[in-house]
Amino acid sequence: MNAHALLGQSINLCAVTLLVLAFAMIAQRRILTLIHLFTLQGLALVVATVLVAHLTGDHHLYFSAAITLVLKVVLIPILLHRVIDRLHVRWDVETLFNIPTTMLIGIVLVVFAFQLADPIASLSASIARGTLGIALACVLLSFLMMIVRAKAVPQVIGFLSMENGLFFAATAATSGMPMIVELGIAFDVLVGILILGVFMFQIREQFDSLDIRHLERLKDD
Amino acid sequence: MVSLGGVLAQLLEIVLALLLAPLLSGWVNQWRAWLQGRQAPGLLQPFRVLHKLFVKESVVAESASPLFRLAPYAIFGCMALACAIAPTLATDLPLGPAADAIALVGLFALARVFISLAAMDIGTAFGTLGARREMMIGFLAEPALLMVLFAASLISRSTSLARIVEALAGQDFAIHPSLAVAGVAFTMVSLAENARVPVDNPSTHLELTMIHEALILEYSGRHLALIEWAASLKLFAYSSIGLALFVPWGIAAGAAPLAILLAIPVLVAKLAVGGMLLALIETINAKMRLFRVPEFLATAFLLAVIALLVHVLLGA
Repeated sequence: MNAHALLGQSINLCAVTLLVLAFAMIAQRRILTLIHLFTLQGLALVVATVLVAHLTGDHHLYFSAAITLVLKVVLIPILLHRVIDRLHVRWDVETLFNIPTTMLIGIVLVVFAFQLADPIASLSASIARGTLGIALACVLLSFLMMIVRAKAVPQVIGFLSMENGLFFAATAATSGMPMIVELGIAFDVLVGILILGVFMFQIREQFDSLDIRHLERLKDD
Repeated sequence: MVSLGGVLAQLLEIVLALLLAPLLSGWVNQWRAWLQGRQAPGLLQPFRVLHKLFVKESVVAESASPLFRLAPYAIFGCMALACAIAPTLATDLPLGPAADAIALVGLFALARVFISLAAMDIGTAFGTLGARREMMIGFLAEPALLMVLFAASLISRSTSLARIVEALAGQDFAIHPSLAVAGVAFTMVSLAENARVPVDNPSTHLELTMIHEALILEYSGRHLALIEWAASLKLFAYSSIGLALFVPWGIAAGAAPLAILLAIPVLVAKLAVGGMLLALIETINAKMRLFRVPEFLATAFLLAVIALLVHVLLGA
């Protein structure tokens, strides 16, 4: 037994942590806990990226891990905390389906993602190719979360966690995107969260609520 | 033919389980008290309670059927057997081949059926209420527990707990992501099954929330003592199953006397740490509403299913 194989298994463990945290986000009612879970997910992503970087010797992956750490573990959670403090929405969020149903749909999505990723993963030569299915499942689960949540803040968190899944997929399948693309995405996500923050305040100004169903009507009757 | 040494080792395991189980409950209670800033009862308090109850007279309601008197013995027997066949000290004991995952879950189900029937037997409102709640939790927790055991048995390709322990402890150290997820699911199931805090409070007598206490409200004297002892045996059985699946190191691989004697302090140390963690979980969590329990157990079930899926995907 060598340390190399053990590190490979640790990447798998991080991947599974990402998946379980994505599930926990679907099952979670409280916005505050949702943000904590998102922070943890970012942390798991950082650890996984550092491990991949160490195993493959790709130095630019260390940089992307550092960007992820600053952005998703520190900066964005702080921004989200400030948003929910200013909007006074710390507690329960309503879901469109009940939570066990959502989780059952989630399991179906996981099976689908694993099936889908299997042939793709066999083409890849990356060290963490087995985890591609898990990354895909994380993306789909976050997507599901965006669909079933009625309020704006959980949807934004779902969007961010989807980005986590995509980032992990890139790391797992091709050992990372080019540096310039990663910087661009990081910057995009940061700008995105700022715009969405402003957007949430605007929704609240207009409708006195963060329920996005109000946006379905295009004009005042 | 079973050897004399094997029989002795098996007897040692049973006696150890019977003695350690109340100690484990006392240890958890002690840590709970310390963590909550209270003065803790002594470690031997469960034994004093058991002694008191055994000495006291047993009062049985007039409307009680023979089932009511039989149930405590049946429950105690189930739990003692579960503790005896779970591999706590060694994997190669005479009763070891019986420690099949499905058989174990069946034993727990048998005890649950008896306690629920006995609770409904008297015909009081609380007993029936408790029995219904117990069955609700049981039918949700059982599939989750089975899934956890299957996730572990996929690695060793056998549903026998002894084989699982041999496979996990015998090979080189490896991280199994599927086992990590299954471990979380197992913790959630054990909290629910042992009437621990997020699901039920073992020390409450508040009508609206109690589950385990409502079931045994009619029992007194030696019957109650047997049921309390069985409850601590159940906690011990779950702990040893959890230890066997997730921290299998230190369990003797054969039936050598020295290895078995060495396994005892390891077991005690692992149980001590486990008891502390349990007390910590119970202290930092609030009891959830009864209608949130299905959600809690559905999460445990789905985690166990994820463990199976992850094992299929990653092969580890």
